[in-house]
Amino acid sequence: MRHVGNRVARPEGPAKVEGRAVYVDDIPRAKDEWVGGTLRSPVAHGKLRCIERGDFDFSRVVVVTAEDIPGDNVQALIVDDQPILCADTVRHVEEPIALVAAPDQGTLCAALDALEPRIDPLEPVFDAERSQDVQSEISIDKGDVDATFEGATRIVEGEYHTDSQEQLYIETQGMIADPPTADGTITVRGSLQCPHYVQKALRRAFAVPPEKARVVQCETGGGFGGKEDYPSVVACHAALLAHASGHRVRMVYDRNEDLLATPKRHPSRVRHRTVVADDGTLLAMDIDVLLDGGAYTTLSPVVLSRGVIHAAGAYRCDNIRIRGRVVGTNHVPYGAFRGFGAPQVCFAIERQMDRIAASLGIHPVVIRQRNMLRLGDRTATSQLLKESVGSEEVLRRILAHTGFDRHEWRKERSGNKRRGVGLSFFYHGAGFTGSGEEMLKGKVTVELDDDGCALVRAGSTEIGQGKNAMFTAIAADALGAEPDAITIVDPDTAAVPDSGPTVASRTCMIVGGCLDKACRTLADRVGGDPNTPFRERASAFVRGGGDAVATETYGSPPGLQWDQNAYRGDAYPVFGWAADVAEVEVDLTTFDVEIVRFVTCVDVGHAIQPQIVEGQIEGGTLQSIGWSHIEVMTAENGRFRQDRLATCIIPTSLDTPPIDVLLVEEPFSNGPFGAKGVGELPMDGGAPAIASAIEDAIGVHVTHVPATPERLLEAWLEAHPDDAFFEAKR
Amino acid sequence: MKFDKPRSLGEALSILADAELEPHLLAGGTDLLVEIDTGRTAPPHVVDIWGIPELHGIQREAEGVRIGSLTTCTELYRDARTPDILRDAAWEVGAEQIRNRATIGGNLGTASPAADLTPVLFALGATVRLCARRGDRDLSARQFITGYRSNALRPSELIHSVWIPDRPDDERRAFRKVGTRRAQSISKLVVAVAFRIEGEVVIACRGGAGSVAPRTIDLPVLTREILGRRCTPERIAHAARMSAALDCAPVDDVRSTALYRREVFARVLVDLLSR
Amino acid sequence: MIQFRLNGEAVSVDAHPMARLLSVLRRDLRLTGTKEGCGEGECGACSVVVDGKVVNSCLIPMSQIDGTEVLTIEGSGHANIQDHFLAEGGTQCGICTPGMIMATRAFLEDAEATGAAIDEDSVRAALAGNLCRCTGYGKIVAAVLAAARTEGDA
Repeated sequence: MRHVGNRVARPEGPAKVEGRAVYVDDIPRAKDEWVGGTLRSPVAHGKLRCIERGDFDFSRVVVVTAEDIPGDNVQALIVDDQPILCADTVRHVEEPIALVAAPDQGTLCAALDALEPRIDPLEPVFDAERSQDVQSEISIDKGDVDATFEGATRIVEGEYHTDSQEQLYIETQGMIADPPTADGTITVRGSLQCPHYVQKALRRAFAVPPEKARVVQCETGGGFGGKEDYPSVVACHAALLAHASGHRVRMVYDRNEDLLATPKRHPSRVRHRTVVADDGTLLAMDIDVLLDGGAYTTLSPVVLSRGVIHAAGAYRCDNIRIRGRVVGTNHVPYGAFRGFGAPQVCFAIERQMDRIAASLGIHPVVIRQRNMLRLGDRTATSQLLKESVGSEEVLRRILAHTGFDRHEWRKERSGNKRRGVGLSFFYHGAGFTGSGEEMLKGKVTVELDDDGCALVRAGSTEIGQGKNAMFTAIAADALGAEPDAITIVDPDTAAVPDSGPTVASRTCMIVGGCLDKACRTLADRVGGDPNTPFRERASAFVRGGGDAVATETYGSPPGLQWDQNAYRGDAYPVFGWAADVAEVEVDLTTFDVEIVRFVTCVDVGHAIQPQIVEGQIEGGTLQSIGWSHIEVMTAENGRFRQDRLATCIIPTSLDTPPIDVLLVEEPFSNGPFGAKGVGELPMDGGAPAIASAIEDAIGVHVTHVPATPERLLEAWLEAHPDDAFFEAKR
Repeated sequence: MKFDKPRSLGEALSILADAELEPHLLAGGTDLLVEIDTGRTAPPHVVDIWGIPELHGIQREAEGVRIGSLTTCTELYRDARTPDILRDAAWEVGAEQIRNRATIGGNLGTASPAADLTPVLFALGATVRLCARRGDRDLSARQFITGYRSNALRPSELIHSVWIPDRPDDERRAFRKVGTRRAQSISKLVVAVAFRIEGEVVIACRGGAGSVAPRTIDLPVLTREILGRRCTPERIAHAARMSAALDCAPVDDVRSTALYRREVFARVLVDLLSR
Repeated sequence: MIQFRLNGEAVSVDAHPMARLLSVLRRDLRLTGTKEGCGEGECGACSVVVDGKVVNSCLIPMSQIDGTEVLTIEGSGHANIQDHFLAEGGTQCGICTPGMIMATRAFLEDAEATGAAIDEDSVRAALAGNLCRCTGYGKIVAAVLAAARTEGDA
């Protein structure tokens, strides 16, 4: 391994640092290009009567409504409940009602202003607890929970809440669509994670076969899940306008539209009831998970699935009952965001573990050591952990680094600025759930050219996570070539196979694994003396008429069993393991929380590109840190209140502590070079570690993130009424 | 949109005197461009005063410091002649990009209740000089701010400068901004105080606060409750409570809650007065 | 006509005096290295250097550009700072990178002129107006510190 494990330059790096990288809005404007915009609902729920046309010359623009859609008015994803354009019932604020294309921005704005949707309001539902509309329900049952509760002497209960969170990719959503060519081919290019998802949506909207819907990824300025499903919406809209107007149409959201209209992390409520032995051993866990799915199903069943599977945390327990449901409300649909249901449940279980430790008077480390899943244990879905289990090692390493096991947790502290330290311990399944990968059958094609260079064709997208450099390293070592012999073909559905979406921490492990195998197949075919440079050998092989193309389709490792109905069996090919330790300082004047220090230890299997892995971990960790105490995202009457970057807050460099990353490598036999997924894992542990540290500092049990100064003040004053200047009005 | 870019103060005052439509003054652009871009303002007439040399810079005067209205936050915090708490406040405005354009005059002119510099000007007893072709007038900063996003500026006037009297040697000054994060943030509340203690008795006290009422406020109740009193912890706590109860009129908004603002205002005041 | 120097060259553009510098750069002058993230001076993706000071080009009206010296990412070529952003892993999705580099450039030049300290704290303060959602900032700070150490050799 010469390149795996050693730094390979990002192929797209120089263009990025020189400002030459072409993001969708950087594509030069075509001469007859038009601009597209969306007429949206001002109300959360109602019957759309009509769209009134005011004082404007509509011959200057093109307006598209539901009836103009050539194919199905369905935003194709999982369930066919979301229209591309609202036809009768409006279900959320900002729901698209009509589209307008115009020669310029001014005309577009004037046209949109002159369109007035007439909507008879209906009663909206915003409280998930009261919603009767169950989008998906999942149960996990293991052992006999009721019997354990019956004889229980010690039951610990807790209820935990997490609010929504905005992905806040710095590049907003955007697409450019070309009008259909003579043979009816539609082309869209834009900012996206999953070209083949967009293609699927276009096929349905236009009723065309796949080869007539071409999707090209531009350089993409961050995704974090926010560009998993929503780009399909923008793409369908832009393509409909291009189709109707005969012009190339550009739709690039401004930040306000992006914040108001696009999906965010699902708010959650999780209840825990746990039977514990006197020594802290978990005897039974009864867990109830509720997610607000928003107005349409979108990806919510899959988010719930991951949430339910991770709800019992990285702990061993013979009796587990998990009930999960995601319900419909009249909120803007919630969707994919790094972690995908796991951060919500991880916060809950980690806070519950701290609560159990506190109730027994034992150290948070001890409760985790006593119950952590180890090699040979079975998870909540009864998955046997057969290999690559870094649980003990990540905890050992982080304790050695931080000494947290010697820290007196929740000791009474004094002074106006109080420091505290907290721990979280967690795991995250890599790749799609259950038989997902088996059904998906992701493909990678590698092709050698006359010069002995390898073209890597995969639908996986570079969204900043380092896919290009990672694939280059894998291909180079698997072929025995130098990185300059590798070209990663930019995703374009006309040029790359469907490797599955760039989500779920699967790009390195699953697609990278296919790439590894395809390259090894080619290396075997090329053969020759390994002391001769690969390019020379490969060039001779290709010129000699050798079979220069290898395609690898993903196959699950042997022995994986998953029962989708019972939610039992091997939920994931493998898990990543991690522990975080946070040190905070809480100012008792303002209840601002300063993160003084943050250490994270992560089992990544094998770091294909250590610097990139660290970058993923640091970035994901900061998103979790932000969510823990400053990133507020709330809706009022169904409309997000944080609708500008002045009010939608994410951490700046001054809000960010130095983040120490410790890597543990417990190799996974079925991952490329032993690697397993890492993208989402860092999002899970930051919030509970910080909540734990806040609790240690000021003695307030933090059960709701973000733990804003406002929430901490209220909790503090409730615990210390004598310290209040004013009686809190409730 | 009518647009003018005067190159001298005299030219600017003539344009303002002769203007038919109420002109919008453009300083560093950090507020007006957003207002226009988001459609909240569509000014019929903009006068760009950025290029007027007379409005830039800081000068020592006999009994104080005169700060040109176009002095940026960067210039303020870097200049040793700027009073300490005004430097602190200027440092906490936005981040480098904003501080390079945000001006002291703009901060006053927009009269935002969340302005960071204005409460300091209240606490320092600053005077605002307004210029018009027919003459200048000086108003205290307190008089200048008249309400939610409104001030005493007449259409024919512009803010020329801010004058801050020299500080007594024994004056104690303190400033605190509580924001949504550590940089690039709009305040949840901002408080400034300047006070003097002789023996143990408070002999002078002036304060200012932002984001706790529809406008930047001074703190008359605080002054009343503490002036001439012995500066004990109990008295400070009492005065802070009274000021929070009577000087402040906070609301819930996207950045914070009324409850938090009132309680933390009192806690911050105690902290500032106890330093 | 508004006349100014852009990346060392004299240019004149026919723009409305209230047009945003960002729009003129991106649309009229086709310099798309400067990015728009928010349009209200919060994210710093549109940072450029005007007369030696880093500013948000989304908040600068063209009338205030007349007679100035403007530097954008395109005029920064591939130099020391860029090398260190690549070497340290300071760029991921890349959309904040041009703004980060312009803020870094202004900071390092200012620190050289004033003799101000360049350390982790001052770097974090200097970049606080540039939001990054990918990196957690650590590798960006490392890149700036590395660039500062080698600036003299470049």
